[in-house]
Amino acid sequence: MSIQPEWPLYEIFVRGKRGLNHVHVGSLHAADDEMAVRHARDVYTRRNEGVSIWAVRADLIVASSPDEKDPLFDPAGDKVYRHPTFYDIPDNVPHM
Amino acid sequence: MDDHESVYDGLLGGDASQWAFGTDFEDPLAGVDTTLPVGVDADLLAAYCLMLGDDALIYAHRLSEWTSNAPDLEDDIALANIALDLLGQARLLLARAAAADSSVVPALPAGSPVPPEDALAFFRDEHAFRNVGFVEALNGDFAVTVVRLFLFSTHRLALLQRLSTSSDPVLSAIAAKGVKEVAYHRDYAGRWLVTLALGTEESRRRLVAGLRSVWPTYAELLRPTEVESRAAEQGFGVDPVLLSEEVDEVVDTVLAAAEVDRPELAPAGTAAMGRVGRHTEDMGRLLAEMQVVARAHPRGKW
Repeated sequence: MSIQPEWPLYEIFVRGKRGLNHVHVGSLHAADDEMAVRHARDVYTRRNEGVSIWAVRADLIVASSPDEKDPLFDPAGDKVYRHPTFYDIPDNVPHM
Repeated sequence: MDDHESVYDGLLGGDASQWAFGTDFEDPLAGVDTTLPVGVDADLLAAYCLMLGDDALIYAHRLSEWTSNAPDLEDDIALANIALDLLGQARLLLARAAAADSSVVPALPAGSPVPPEDALAFFRDEHAFRNVGFVEALNGDFAVTVVRLFLFSTHRLALLQRLSTSSDPVLSAIAAKGVKEVAYHRDYAGRWLVTLALGTEESRRRLVAGLRSVWPTYAELLRPTEVESRAAEQGFGVDPVLLSEEVDEVVDTVLAAAEVDRPELAPAGTAAMGRVGRHTEDMGRLLAEMQVVARAHPRGKW
């Protein structure tokens, strides 16, 4: 087993009692994957918040770069027609 | 009066807005009949609860000493959580001891608002504590702490699992709550034990040294006492002999996974010293720190 100078970083996602999806709550260091879940339980669910935990090695997450912000996101800024704002919604259609 | 009511009052009642995540705390004794079961010696029940409560209380204090000192933030929080779980168990057990036999509670100045479980924790002298020396020993390094926590949790989990069918409904409810907590403590410590043993040369050296240093005092935890045997006969306690076989099996499994030999060291001493109130030098300093504030303010309300 190779010696690492520091434990790997994990990103932690918790699904709350009343929530449907896992929400990013923060990050922590852990010696291995299983300990990451245990540490997450101790650090992020102490106050009765969670019913499920996901721990993901931070270096396994593929993220967009801030440098790409303009080409990735700006083009969507003026495409107003992508929002369904030009339709009349009938009164009897719920949840819109 | 319902004796256990005071324990959770501060959390269950009052102003809900102070809690960021709501007040849905569960009272582990909700709906439990707190009257003493028929055919149970009240003083024996009190002695048994004191024993189990003191183990939890003293070990909770010891583990809390890691707060701000653990090798990393994550384990700092983990150890503090474990200490708080045990403190909660101690609180319920000491309250039960006081309810069974009020003569165990030290006298306080008239008008003192200190509840009986606090009086037991903070106003008893050293010789009145019934915890084993195993839990009062100094923490040592992280490996020593992991070994001690693993052995303690393995024993306590087996104990609480059996105690959840106790003929005393209060002990049974306290045990059922504790099983879930201590199952996590054992898992945490067991994982660390294997990780340290199979980690680096240095972590393995420390783990093996920790095991050798903790092992001789561990025997005291397993040694049957008269209180336990009589409590088992009366149906509210756990037979310590059955317990020790079960504990041995779990310990051997984890030591095998860690590729560490079971130490063949003779147990220290022959009598269960802590159970009769004879403690080590470390205990006096622990109590001094734990009790000093409460004793300075015997009429204080916390």
